[in-house]
Amino acid sequence: MTRTPLRPLARILKARAQGENPDVIERENLRLRHEQGRDASRNRAEVRLLILGFAFFVAFSAIGARMGIVATTEAAEPRSFASGAEILAQRADITDRNGRVLATNMLTHALYAHPKDMVDPARVAGELAAIFPELKADDLTRRFTDGRSFIWLRKVLSPEQMQAVHDIGDPGLLFGPREMRLYPNGTLAAHVLGGTSFGAEGVHSAEVIGTAGVERAMDARLRDPALSATPLELSIDLTVQAAVEEILDAGITMMNAKGGAAIIMDVRTGELLSLASLPAFDPNNRPNPVLPKDAEPGDSPLFNRAVQGVYELGSTFKIFATAQAMELGLVGPDTMVDADAPMQWGRHRIREFQNKNYGPLLSVTDVIVESSNVGTARLALQIGGLRQQAFLKSLGFFEATQIELTEAPGAKPLLPARWPDIVTITTSYGHGMSASPLHLAAAYAAIANGGITVKPTLIKQTGPRPGTRVMREEVADASVSMLRQVVTRGTASMAEVPGYEVAGKTGTADKPKRTGGYYNDKVINTFASVFPASDPRYVVLVTLDEPVETSGTEPRRTAGWTAVPVAAEITRRIAPLLDIRPVVEAPPLDGLTAVRN
Amino acid sequence: MRPVIYVLTFLAVLGLGFWAYREHYETRQAIREVSTLNAEIASLREALALQRAEWAYLNRPDRLRELASLNFERLGLMPLEPTQFGDAANLSYPAVEEFFGGINNSVMVTGQLNPEEEPL
Repeated sequence: MTRTPLRPLARILKARAQGENPDVIERENLRLRHEQGRDASRNRAEVRLLILGFAFFVAFSAIGARMGIVATTEAAEPRSFASGAEILAQRADITDRNGRVLATNMLTHALYAHPKDMVDPARVAGELAAIFPELKADDLTRRFTDGRSFIWLRKVLSPEQMQAVHDIGDPGLLFGPREMRLYPNGTLAAHVLGGTSFGAEGVHSAEVIGTAGVERAMDARLRDPALSATPLELSIDLTVQAAVEEILDAGITMMNAKGGAAIIMDVRTGELLSLASLPAFDPNNRPNPVLPKDAEPGDSPLFNRAVQGVYELGSTFKIFATAQAMELGLVGPDTMVDADAPMQWGRHRIREFQNKNYGPLLSVTDVIVESSNVGTARLALQIGGLRQQAFLKSLGFFEATQIELTEAPGAKPLLPARWPDIVTITTSYGHGMSASPLHLAAAYAAIANGGITVKPTLIKQTGPRPGTRVMREEVADASVSMLRQVVTRGTASMAEVPGYEVAGKTGTADKPKRTGGYYNDKVINTFASVFPASDPRYVVLVTLDEPVETSGTEPRRTAGWTAVPVAAEITRRIAPLLDIRPVVEAPPLDGLTAVRN
Repeated sequence: MRPVIYVLTFLAVLGLGFWAYREHYETRQAIREVSTLNAEIASLREALALQRAEWAYLNRPDRLRELASLNFERLGLMPLEPTQFGDAANLSYPAVEEFFGGINNSVMVTGQLNPEEEPL
């Protein structure tokens, strides 16, 4: 580009010659140059604006197109990363403390129908009725032909049934995948596990929700997607649970009882190694029994006697009265107390079992060993109602247990509305207030744990979880020693298991009638024990509902004859399983065995 | 100089285009493989879960108890008893075996070796 000088010599000379001002030419040229520059920069700016506008257009179109694509296409899973176990299990497994499966999931299929796609509805209805007995051919034909376009037929199918439906070969029959909850051990620990059912159902999947027991109480944990690959470990020991249920079942049969419950609890951690209630049910196929009107709730197999059964627990309560009296410094184990029966209190007459009289004086230890109502009543009166209530409250008898079962919060102990002296007296030997066997097990665990409470739990713990101290260690030790003497020379002589130093207390309570008063021939028998007495590790509690022992000349209904032998057999079987060595001299091994190893 | 740069740039674009084309197809192939593998993993996990359930079902205590009692003659299995706990202190020492035909000190060896017995 040739640059025009501002003062071109030719024009300047010419202008000078004509006497004009040459500066005018310079200004004129300067103006032209400015105009050129302005036009050039305007052009450049316009081009830039155009490019910028185009860029914006492209960017917005790209975003718009992407949004359109995202909105109109079906979502796909991102596939380019490794996947974990969460693909399959939408609900975490439940295992026992050693990792043995208690509940798991199995993939199965649900059957549904699109009647409008069906070739021959009548034939399909007939063949389906032949495969599934609960479906009726007429009913199905009507439903297939009344204009519906979708029908659920079965929630779950076995592989054989699925093959049979495939073989019908009708395009209107379709399968949807289903994850089914499976309890491989059948009725074992049924009341602990509870059961599940389907919640919201779709063609591609269905929600599995817990309906009872741990399944419902821990539903949020089991359904948490972040934890679905980690099984929920319970404190239950499958082997111990199986042994306990086997023995309890045999015991119920032998003692002609209606039902029973057994609890094995670790006194240091509060873990329940076994929680059995019989009769049981199969959680794979949770029944929905219709009970007759006059039936008790306990007659249903779904009823968990160990947790929901709120009973008057009888003489097993006596140890709390003596322990509190010792804790308060009112008596020592050898203090003699008035036990002269019968005892008159206002209108009430307190008697001993079979109208015996252990008095006039008994040591506190013998009050427990002989199970003296009068002796306990005298101690309770010395303690007083208010302090007695506070002590029982600290042992957890005034509120529902906090165990991880849906049934637990509903099982509140039944307490008298007022607490006059006569209630103080009856409560001291376990009448007048009702609590569940689990409450009693937790309270015995506090005694066995050196006077420190433990919270019962069904979840595996990593270590002891001490609660609050409710009595001094010496008092707890003295109480365990009294319980030991109940077995060595008292009412629970059948509880003795050589080598395991069982210490426990029997309890026989008449069942209350619904109409008021008590039955003469219906009892609840309880045996609460701890072992080994020298260093208590486990609480074993057995409750039998309406047992009667008939081997003698007349029927026997005391716990010493019914619940105690069952508890002893349970202890004998489970102690080796729990790896507790008997404190006994093993029989000498014969030479042959010794040399062979 | 400038034409050389143009040619080189063009070649680079060509090369990169070819590389991107191959990468694209390799990626798609890899994604396909991953999804096949994922499907396989899912079916294997499913099978694993089923086998675990089967294992738990076959090892349920009821069944084992029945099998133990059915095969009692052959196996002789009984519930664990408290008396089955042994203690190391209860084991007797193995009997001292008599080497050298009852000879256990050097004096006896020199004095009383029976020539008819085989030397050890």
